[in-house]
Amino acid sequence: MTDLNTQAELVRRSLKRRYRKERRFRAYGIVAVGVALLALITLFSDIIGKGYTGFLKTTVTLEVNLDPELMYLDDASDKDALRMADFKAPLLAALRQELPDATTSREDTRALGGLLSGYAANELQDRVAADPSLLGTRQVMTFLAHGNVDVYNKHAGETAYSIKLTPQQQQWVDTLKANNVVNTEFNDILFVHGDSREPANAGVAGAMVGSLLTMLVTLLLSFPIGVSAAIYLEEFAPQNRLTDFIEVNINNLAAVPSIIFGLLGLAVFINLFGMPRSIPFVGGLVLTLMTLPTIIIASRAAIKSVPPSIREAAEGIGASKMQVVMHHVLPLAMPGMLTGSIIGMAQALGETAPLLLIGMVAFIVDVPDGLFDAATVLPVQIFLWAGSPELGFIERASAAIMVLLAFLISMNALAIWLRKRLERRW
Amino acid sequence: MNMHMEHPELEYGKTVGNAFSADPKFSLRDVEVYYGDTQAIKGISLDIARNEVISFIGPSGCGKSTFLRCLNRMNDSIDICSVRGRLELDGRDLYDPKQDVVELRARVGMVFQKPNPFPKSIYDNVAYGPRIHGLANRKAELDEMVENSLRKAGLWNEVKDRLDRPATGLSGGQQQRLCIARTIAVSPEVVLMDEPCSALDPIATARIEELISELSENFTIIIVTHSMQQAARVSDRTAYFHLGHLVEVNETNKVFTAPEHSLTESYITGRFG
Repeated sequence: MTDLNTQAELVRRSLKRRYRKERRFRAYGIVAVGVALLALITLFSDIIGKGYTGFLKTTVTLEVNLDPELMYLDDASDKDALRMADFKAPLLAALRQELPDATTSREDTRALGGLLSGYAANELQDRVAADPSLLGTRQVMTFLAHGNVDVYNKHAGETAYSIKLTPQQQQWVDTLKANNVVNTEFNDILFVHGDSREPANAGVAGAMVGSLLTMLVTLLLSFPIGVSAAIYLEEFAPQNRLTDFIEVNINNLAAVPSIIFGLLGLAVFINLFGMPRSIPFVGGLVLTLMTLPTIIIASRAAIKSVPPSIREAAEGIGASKMQVVMHHVLPLAMPGMLTGSIIGMAQALGETAPLLLIGMVAFIVDVPDGLFDAATVLPVQIFLWAGSPELGFIERASAAIMVLLAFLISMNALAIWLRKRLERRW
Repeated sequence: MNMHMEHPELEYGKTVGNAFSADPKFSLRDVEVYYGDTQAIKGISLDIARNEVISFIGPSGCGKSTFLRCLNRMNDSIDICSVRGRLELDGRDLYDPKQDVVELRARVGMVFQKPNPFPKSIYDNVAYGPRIHGLANRKAELDEMVENSLRKAGLWNEVKDRLDRPATGLSGGQQQRLCIARTIAVSPEVVLMDEPCSALDPIATARIEELISELSENFTIIIVTHSMQQAARVSDRTAYFHLGHLVEVNETNKVFTAPEHSLTESYITGRFG
């Protein structure tokens, strides 16, 4: 009886200790999750706080007098004449109309010109070329402001953003703003233009298309190859030294720094096979090499987790090895395989280093037409912009990061949706 | 070999009782099974007659399941497992390299310990075998096969209105009967059952036992069981296994009322096992 009492007492005391331990462990967990959340919130608020202005553009709306004499242009349908004509003059004249205090001195002319995007004259030329009847009329047209005006406009009052403009220009911009000549609008350019020397004209469209094309190649190659390799290794390959060796190597490959794959791509695809640089096809090949180990490992784990009872059931009825795999193992393993593949793809989407080596870091203005057209990708574009001294590029880099994150989040959402759909485990 | 060290009353390859038949479905001679270096089956010779129900009993680890799985070569997928001896089905060697294992399993079906329906509809579960073997040409033919199999398995009335529902939604007993229906849908000649009732409650068990008696008219049935009552109820003959030896085979009645071997007697009277 006494024994029983002491034992109960011992249990009671140890219980207290165990509960304390449990509470402590839970607290550690909450702290860890809290720190992670805090870091995430800091990251997001910083990126969004800095980057939301990247989604805005500054425009200048002017009433342009397309005077043939001023532009030295008689016939707007003549291509050579168009090339020789002066499209800057009507723009400057229109600005002068809005800013009566601007003199015709060389400095003031320069300063006035510095308010508009360097491509404003080209844009005007394009519009006249498209519609020659515009010549000789007065038109209200909207142009992009210069990058420096853009940042000054969006960050009014912050000296760090105004140093690129002279006090005179700042005053002009303020006047134009008050007269609704200078406006802030949604930056559609970010989504339709490729890269540019001028931040106001720069967009991620080229990088987005480049990323999509590269991912397409990666997905089309790595998913079938990875899944077939996993099925072969798991279901058909004999267990011997060779397969052990292959398994060890696949696991090692998953841990190889991605830049090594870039070097391999450079040496093999570009130097040995003579493929062009900077093209999404080679980018996709390199990222395929990088993604394959991830997909193979995830797929093998998914195949292993198929209950052996299902295999036995199929074998017991007389299904052949191939039928067991195709009818039962593959459908049950598919959600896991897809998840692994999407994780691999998300990794590849954010990859920069290997693509630098195969030349996808070039300055490319045009949106790529296809797999064999020079292109860059989103993370590389971010890398390029973030390293640029112009303030306009910094905020566009933040905007591009948000675009990339949106890509990643939608890819993960797709993965979850696919898994939920396929996982109908009756 | 030092077999006598294991038990004084065990003799290698020796079986008492009535192990042979004049017209055997299976003729098994000197069967030995090794897992790597370990010998799991020690020189068993046995005939299994056409359309008989024979049950394998014995303590855990006695090799009865291993022996059963040799009969449709389910051990093939275990790399370290090797089978020796002569195993014939209707006079043809099961382990002949020319014997196609898929064809063999279509003739010798198997029902497992745990109900293992495919995660598909009830209909697709039963139709799977006929489909992969190309037994039905038209949908109507397949429908008929599914209905017949489900009727034979005594499940038709319970599931006829929900054939498209997931098989995993059925109760354990229903699932096991579905697995039996799935097995007999390909019209095998032999059905192997590896403790088919061990995961079921007594009512479901009684239902399956009834089913076994009905099926015995058309099929040769070999059933491994831990329940001596079950063996006594369903089988014509009973084989007692001990440590990889086949100790005694006899008419079920005889095994349970007048066992010839002392080990059999110890087992059925509950002294071990």
